[in-house]
Amino acid sequence: MSAEPTLLEVDDLVVRYPIHRGLVGSATRQPRRSVHAVEGVSLSLQRREMLALVGESGCGKTTTAQAVLRLVDPVSGSIRFDGRDLVPLGPRELRPVRRRIQVVYQDPYESLDPRFRVRAAVEEPLLIHRLGGSKSERAARVRDALVRVELSPPELYLDRYPHELSGGQRQRVAIAAALVLEPEVLVADEPVSMLDVSVRAGVLNVLDGLREQGLAILMITHDLSTAARFAQRIAVMYLGRIVEEGPAAAVVRNPQHPYTKALLSVVPRRDPRDRQRPQILVGETPDAVAIPTGCRFHPRCPVAVEQCSVEDPRLARPTSAEEGHRAACILLGQY
Amino acid sequence: MSDASFFVEAPPEGGKSRRGFVMRTIRHRPSALAGALFLIAMTVIAILAPWIAPYPLREQVGPVFGHPSLQHLFGLDDGGIDMVTLLIWGMRVSLVVGFAATFVSMVIGGTVGVVAGYFGGHTDNVLMRITDYFLVIPDVPLMIVVAAIWGPSLFHIIIVIGILLWTSTARVIRAQVKSVRERVYVKRARALGSSHTRIVVRHVLPQVAPLLVASTVLTIAVAIFDETALAFLGLSDPSTVSLGSIMQHAFERAAISTGAWWAIVPPGVLVTLLILACSLVGGALEDALNPRLRVAHLSARTFRLRPLVGRGKDAL
Amino acid sequence: MTGPLLQVEDLHVWFDLEDRGELHAVQGVNVSLEAGERLGLVGESGCGKTTTALAIMGLLPSSASVSGRVLLEGTDILNGGDEAMRQHRWVDIAIVFQGAMNALNPVQTVGQQIIEALELHNRAKGGTARARTGELLEAVGIPAARAGRYPHELSGGMRQRAAIAMALACNPKVLIADEPTTALDVMVQAQILELLDGLCRDFGLALVLVTHDLPVVAQLCNRCAVMYAGEIVERGPLEAIYHSPGHPYSRMLFAASPDLAGLDEPVLSIAGAPPRLDRAIEGCPFAPRCDSVFDACVVRPRLEEVAADHDAACHLNSRVPA
Repeated sequence: MSAEPTLLEVDDLVVRYPIHRGLVGSATRQPRRSVHAVEGVSLSLQRREMLALVGESGCGKTTTAQAVLRLVDPVSGSIRFDGRDLVPLGPRELRPVRRRIQVVYQDPYESLDPRFRVRAAVEEPLLIHRLGGSKSERAARVRDALVRVELSPPELYLDRYPHELSGGQRQRVAIAAALVLEPEVLVADEPVSMLDVSVRAGVLNVLDGLREQGLAILMITHDLSTAARFAQRIAVMYLGRIVEEGPAAAVVRNPQHPYTKALLSVVPRRDPRDRQRPQILVGETPDAVAIPTGCRFHPRCPVAVEQCSVEDPRLARPTSAEEGHRAACILLGQY
Repeated sequence: MSDASFFVEAPPEGGKSRRGFVMRTIRHRPSALAGALFLIAMTVIAILAPWIAPYPLREQVGPVFGHPSLQHLFGLDDGGIDMVTLLIWGMRVSLVVGFAATFVSMVIGGTVGVVAGYFGGHTDNVLMRITDYFLVIPDVPLMIVVAAIWGPSLFHIIIVIGILLWTSTARVIRAQVKSVRERVYVKRARALGSSHTRIVVRHVLPQVAPLLVASTVLTIAVAIFDETALAFLGLSDPSTVSLGSIMQHAFERAAISTGAWWAIVPPGVLVTLLILACSLVGGALEDALNPRLRVAHLSARTFRLRPLVGRGKDAL
Repeated sequence: MTGPLLQVEDLHVWFDLEDRGELHAVQGVNVSLEAGERLGLVGESGCGKTTTALAIMGLLPSSASVSGRVLLEGTDILNGGDEAMRQHRWVDIAIVFQGAMNALNPVQTVGQQIIEALELHNRAKGGTARARTGELLEAVGIPAARAGRYPHELSGGMRQRAAIAMALACNPKVLIADEPTTALDVMVQAQILELLDGLCRDFGLALVLVTHDLPVVAQLCNRCAVMYAGEIVERGPLEAIYHSPGHPYSRMLFAASPDLAGLDEPVLSIAGAPPRLDRAIEGCPFAPRCDSVFDACVVRPRLEEVAADHDAACHLNSRVPA
């Protein structure tokens, strides 16, 4: 896996959303505040790899994905795709790049225009980018994409409207529409969380198969079990930062950061007899507007010491962990 | 692993087919069907006016304010002209002005609504402020002033009415465009690199078109009314015959004191029916397209009970 | 009091689809709930679990027609008419709706909404109501001082707690929770589950947890009823259903949830989709998707006992080994 080329490299990404002050706010000169959605995230994605970006709502994982897709502008940091930094590029220069980085959204009921038949929905990206040559060539590429997402035979689906399909089928159509441009990177934002449990594995297996064929996938999810099962690497985010990252099995079996440990302990298990003691954290993730000093997790951390409110830890690899497994905690390996 | 079975989820609001939609609209408001038929009938009559008007329009065919008779179902007006002929031609002009003015307002209102709703931000603020200014202006006094200054002509009337009526259309369209714009498939199209024009044409307009139609129909009602009012006040083109001008002539020539109700009541009733028909159809369309306007489901009626099916508890 | 606290007998619900016939959403459901018991009503979208919950509460829309009996401590509240249902609703059985945290009245404070529930059911007024509201909020983990907050000022987890407080206002015996943690983060979910666990213990509540999430049920409930295509296909103690499932759907549903404890196991998906409920179903409704279908499955199976207090509707259980 390390022999594969790195396609995407994000370095120290910072994204902030300004909070609108309004007339009264400006007049009374209230300080400009912003939501610190992403505060220095670095990650890399290789070919044939699925990286799962895991965290709770407000941790910045969706914003990171939107920044990679250049749908939001970062304050600072770089996003290198195929060696080229995407951040300074304008809309025109980004267009050819958009073809190579595609996205699949969470909501299968909303991500397809209800007025478009499947054929039109999957063909649309080709028309936007003026690819695919003649009508019959495009039709062939559409059929091919549908087969790749296991909607076979494609003739059964081409003339259907989205409301005639099940959630899982709709999601596969959305993936096909992303595949038809032959992208190199696929950003999947919670691709199965709105699907029934019995259908999820089908869609995830499709994604896994595509990954085997050469696609690099950045998967955003809050579901640690899914991430652990399907991703090669996991990065756990909290309040705009990555607090732990590494090979999926290592992060899940040998977590190094107290937040990761707590998260893993509260994930419900299937087996009713498997009642582990959940480490339920107090309160909820604070607002990304007022970030705690020092380590941003320290107010809720079960093992925090005084130093934690002062020092903001960097990602480091503890000796007990394997290659590539790092966590941002000053108490690494000590508990 | 191809699944050829498509399941039906918990009961949706009927099918999404066009025919199903029309059927449901009619079922919810049967009066809309009557309105629609009436409008179509009147439009056809108006189009065929040159061929079906029984008498010449500008020739006296009998005494002034002649009574209704078998040859003249609604009698004669102050110039001895057949009322039925006048009504047909008058309705033609009223409908023409109504449709034309509505077209103008629909184009302006639709464009403003789409641009404001789609681009949001500064553009939206500016456009909405302009809309507010137009909304606040009282229409009839303005139309009087403009007609007085510009001179009465049908073209001017159409423009004036159009310029004043676009505001409500703009607001309604803007709201709808704003909501469509947030849909995931629009965001996806942006992520794909689609141009704004393409997104508006392919994704936004199809969603907005039905509402635009409903709004248009309702605007026609207002346009017809405005034209009638202007004509009645003597501000419309004196050389054209419209329902309002018929009423105006009758009124000025003392139809009421003469007792010639047939010269003044039928045009008024006809205008009322036309406006009513437009309102019914437009209202029904709006109701059907905007589920939130419907409140019938909030009524206290609850589920019905059926007799026990009789299988009893499962064998245990 | 003898007999179960809540007993649902042969419940059927039909929805009227204008000129497309009827949707037979619930097809003969039998459920019983003892005092203090926690029952998980499990199934995927469209299986009829929410409709069953709403039918028990008498909260179905006018397009629905119902038959069957809902016995609360022996009294049939379903067929007793509107008045009978109203006397028991909220006072004896309460529900936390699906997405309740997003359905709070945005123009009333959470305190006002709880007081409203108390006053509507003549439980308390004025000062007593306010005091009781404070108690309820504390019981669900919201500081009583927050009673004056509006829903939008609270986080998702807090709003869900407020919805639970509202449901508990009149001290019901049975609490139905419809997907209480579905839209919440996993940590907040753990907090809410812990809360429900504590409330059931402290107040002796019986709980019906309606959800598609099997691991959540595994954590909180001791008994479970699995629904598919409008009927219960298996019911019994959760451990029994997990370790020796009596119905292929239960088995496959467990296998379809990826588990941190079994990372190397393949995650199943079940091909196909549930059958249409606007048509009569021939034979076993799960047959088209079942991995163990055989010739007996053309006849619709009935719930039969497979072990003590454990029933399943599958012909495999009565198959005589060759």
